[in-house]
Amino acid sequence: MRPSKFAYARPDSVEEAVTILRAAGGTARVLAGGQSLLPLLNRRAVRPSALVDIGGLTGLRYLRRDGAGLRVGALTRHADLERTTDAAVRSAFGVLPEAAGLIGHLPIRTRGTVGGSLAHAAPGAEWCLLAVLLDALIVLRGQDGERVVPAAGFLVGPHRTAAAPDELVVEVRFPVPAPTAVLVEHAVQRGETAEVAAAAAIETGDDGRVVAARLALDGVDGRPLRLATTERALLGEVPEPELVARAAREAVTGLEPPEDPRYRTEVAEALLIRAVRASLAKKESR
Amino acid sequence: MSANPETTVPLKLTVNGAARELDVEPRRSLADVLRRDLGHTGTTVGCDSGHCGSCTVLVDGEPARSCLMLAVQAETTAVETVESLDHDETGAALRRAFSENFALQCGFCTPGMLVLCTALLRSGTPTRDGITECVSANLCRCTGYGSIVDAVEQAARTGGDES
Repeated sequence: MRPSKFAYARPDSVEEAVTILRAAGGTARVLAGGQSLLPLLNRRAVRPSALVDIGGLTGLRYLRRDGAGLRVGALTRHADLERTTDAAVRSAFGVLPEAAGLIGHLPIRTRGTVGGSLAHAAPGAEWCLLAVLLDALIVLRGQDGERVVPAAGFLVGPHRTAAAPDELVVEVRFPVPAPTAVLVEHAVQRGETAEVAAAAAIETGDDGRVVAARLALDGVDGRPLRLATTERALLGEVPEPELVARAAREAVTGLEPPEDPRYRTEVAEALLIRAVRASLAKKESR
Repeated sequence: MSANPETTVPLKLTVNGAARELDVEPRRSLADVLRRDLGHTGTTVGCDSGHCGSCTVLVDGEPARSCLMLAVQAETTAVETVESLDHDETGAALRRAFSENFALQCGFCTPGMLVLCTALLRSGTPTRDGITECVSANLCRCTGYGSIVDAVEQAARTGGDES
């Protein structure tokens, strides 16, 4: 089936894109790589009055070191991250190329973009989970200039973000290095959207005790969840298997996943343990 | 901006080495325009939703689902369809290997598989696991994939030479 009819614009600048979006009054959609939007258009699940194709804004396709942090342009494709040869990115943010390789299949990764994935805010999206895990900042551009929103505040629910209809995601900033960060996920089949995913970044001191812990889960709520209580519980502890297992059990207790609650809770618990283990192993392998 | 949804948009691209210029409705997919306007019916469309991969073409050398691209997104790109593989050493080696290994039965997925694997072999010599991972992008309901992986492995080994 063909998408329903829409007006089409290919702006040459972010400003022009914002102006067109504003004029459309919330009935237009932004087209980046299209790997999430095209399936919706093709089956007419969405019928926008206009598509604003930002594919020509090639200035938004970049990976930029920013002090110890990293800035990723919104039109950076998943495959760009997967294939990056920047050694600094690979050591400080190795989880980004690793997670990129988990997204769909190669022909999807060559077209799909980081900014598009964040703006689409689909449950199971790797970039959304990592943005929450790593306290990423989402940079939006609108009529009144730039606005920087923490990922946890940007992702408000399934397919829902804090961006206004005339705001464009232009960049995501990862402010601090995360050399031990990992993402593990479970999908029915390779390349399918993850049902549940867990991410962890655990730092231990010379005495083996946890000095910093980040944990997040996706697929158990409408959006990625940070597990602040569990993070605090791990601090100062030696992450022995029994302790990690107990922490994972406590982390998922009380969760109420919107679908298949018992199944997803069990998978989440198992993935959390795997994620912590993989994060600890990553430190040792350095 | 196209003034209203009825307006067509001019499109300039290269298809299998030939420069093409045409006017297209923005809502039409690249797959649709390749097949209906440009006559490249080798590209098959299975699901129209990005799952099956039978419509895979190369866009600037990278494999892409042509059902998940509007034709207008291919502006100024170089597109290669399965038809171009007749004149491509890697593509020809793959086609021969598919035939010799019985890597197809109904043949519907074959154009997408050949295009996808051409991209894979152009980027280096893959391992068997690498081939398995790569072809998992495209659905084949006939072969069970074993013979496809065998074929790609053979083509990787023999390259353009006769096996």
